[in-house]
Amino acid sequence: MSIVFENINYIYNAGMPMERKALKNICLEIPMGQFVGLIGHTGSGKSTLIQHMNGLLKATSGALYFQGKNIYEKGYDFKSLRSKVGLVFQYPEHQLFEVDVFSDVCFGPKNLGLGQEEVEHRAKEALRLVGIEDHMFFQSPFELSGGQKRRVAIAGVLAMEPDVLILDEPTAGLDPKGRGEILDLIKQLQIKTGKTIILVSHSMEDVAEYVDRIIVMNQGGVMLDGTPREVFTHTEELEEVGLAAPEVTYILRDLKKRGLDVDTGAITIPEAAEAIAEALCCEIL
Amino acid sequence: MLRDIIIGQYYQTESVIHKLDPRVKLGGTLLYIISLFCFNNFIGYALAVLFLGIVIRLSHVPFKLMVRGMKAIVFLLLITAAFNLFLTPGEPIVSVWKLSITKEGVALAVTMAVRLSLLIIGSSIMTLTTTPNNLTDGMEKMMSPLKVFRIPVHEVAMMMSIALRFIPILLEETDKIMKAQIARGADFESGNIFARAKALVPLLIPLFVSAFRRANDLAMAMEARCYRGGDGRTKMKPLVYARRDVLAYVCIVGYLVVSIVAGRIALG
Repeated sequence: MSIVFENINYIYNAGMPMERKALKNICLEIPMGQFVGLIGHTGSGKSTLIQHMNGLLKATSGALYFQGKNIYEKGYDFKSLRSKVGLVFQYPEHQLFEVDVFSDVCFGPKNLGLGQEEVEHRAKEALRLVGIEDHMFFQSPFELSGGQKRRVAIAGVLAMEPDVLILDEPTAGLDPKGRGEILDLIKQLQIKTGKTIILVSHSMEDVAEYVDRIIVMNQGGVMLDGTPREVFTHTEELEEVGLAAPEVTYILRDLKKRGLDVDTGAITIPEAAEAIAEALCCEIL
Repeated sequence: MLRDIIIGQYYQTESVIHKLDPRVKLGGTLLYIISLFCFNNFIGYALAVLFLGIVIRLSHVPFKLMVRGMKAIVFLLLITAAFNLFLTPGEPIVSVWKLSITKEGVALAVTMAVRLSLLIIGSSIMTLTTTPNNLTDGMEKMMSPLKVFRIPVHEVAMMMSIALRFIPILLEETDKIMKAQIARGADFESGNIFARAKALVPLLIPLFVSAFRRANDLAMAMEARCYRGGDGRTKMKPLVYARRDVLAYVCIVGYLVVSIVAGRIALG
């Protein structure tokens, strides 16, 4: 029960003058139930990678296994794959089209061929899960705020009840408050439903606090792969490719440089506070 | 799939054709299209293909790219060919029900298909080697005599350049929207024509919304930079004919004359 990438290569415009290798020999395994952060610069291949997971893009070479089955085998049912691997794209404007929020969320489950009752039940459930209140169900999706649109877009995919939920930069273009809310919501979802979640982002801060595992992509390849703590010990490498560790990590390092014996592994603000407090206590004693 | 459409796309490279004045390329394309309808014999077609081949070679645009662009219009070509094949009166070869394929029909279908392909490739060379801005600059300048008749030449040119500029953007957007809806289980490929038309709604609505939003943003940005139409507006790079442009004109006119003469000889 997992997603396995086996030597996946993907070339854009293959055989054309604008040919570009977007993915180079990707080998990955994502077990079920994991909360994964996929990080990389614009053009690092992260969006290309996730579009392979539900078969929107077909690898130029390599194999991709979902729950033990190679999806590139003849006769593989992509429709059922897409109902199990839900992908929410970056801009909710790209998918909202119905007259009201509720019918829009119904679109996904309806496409699965479910009965009217089941469709409506799922839509309601999904909307409540993402924190859209009942009185907003019949508003036009175009009247909503940026954060609300994003919630509705997520609900639109959740209503299909996928086992894996992939979110492409769900916080792009939101203010800090909206960002925190969306990320908390995603974490809540993972805890409540136990779904595998893959969160694509280029902000380390966003991801560090929430995920179990970070995969850093660079130039079409996997550069680093591990727990947030492991990944953030490679600060120099991250900086080389234009990424950075969370700010608190830098503060802790600076403190250490200035002689405070502090544990520099902390990646979130509460952890850092604790580490500093501990170090200060030791110093006083 | 959508990326294959190359009409209105620019291919960046260094070549003589790229450097030509856009007016030469516009005029040349027009003359070339006219020439395609001036002959009706093998020599004429050979000349047209040869001329196009030389221009493609000079333009340094890979031929593969143009072939790929042709894929998008294969359907149109097939329909035209089918109509010509079945609906041209003349000496019948095969008859099926009320339709019959005639000798004249076959000839017309083939020549029309060749003409259309040459026409499309010919005009795509123009857009592939000329930036949209350059192209509309050229058009504006060529049409400026029409100002006498109170035709808003500048405004028309501006609209065209905006339209051209937006083609690749909207194509990319369509691609993204399609993917987002396919991810939600939308099916654009199966079902009868009504089902397919209905399936387009989730694609078209976001596309229209986004097009209007972009248009609005653009209007704002133009206004913020004090755009107020063509009167008194100067150019940063005014179009001036160089020697190579004159030479190019001579070549094109020469080609036109030769192809007309070739057509006459065979007819006479």
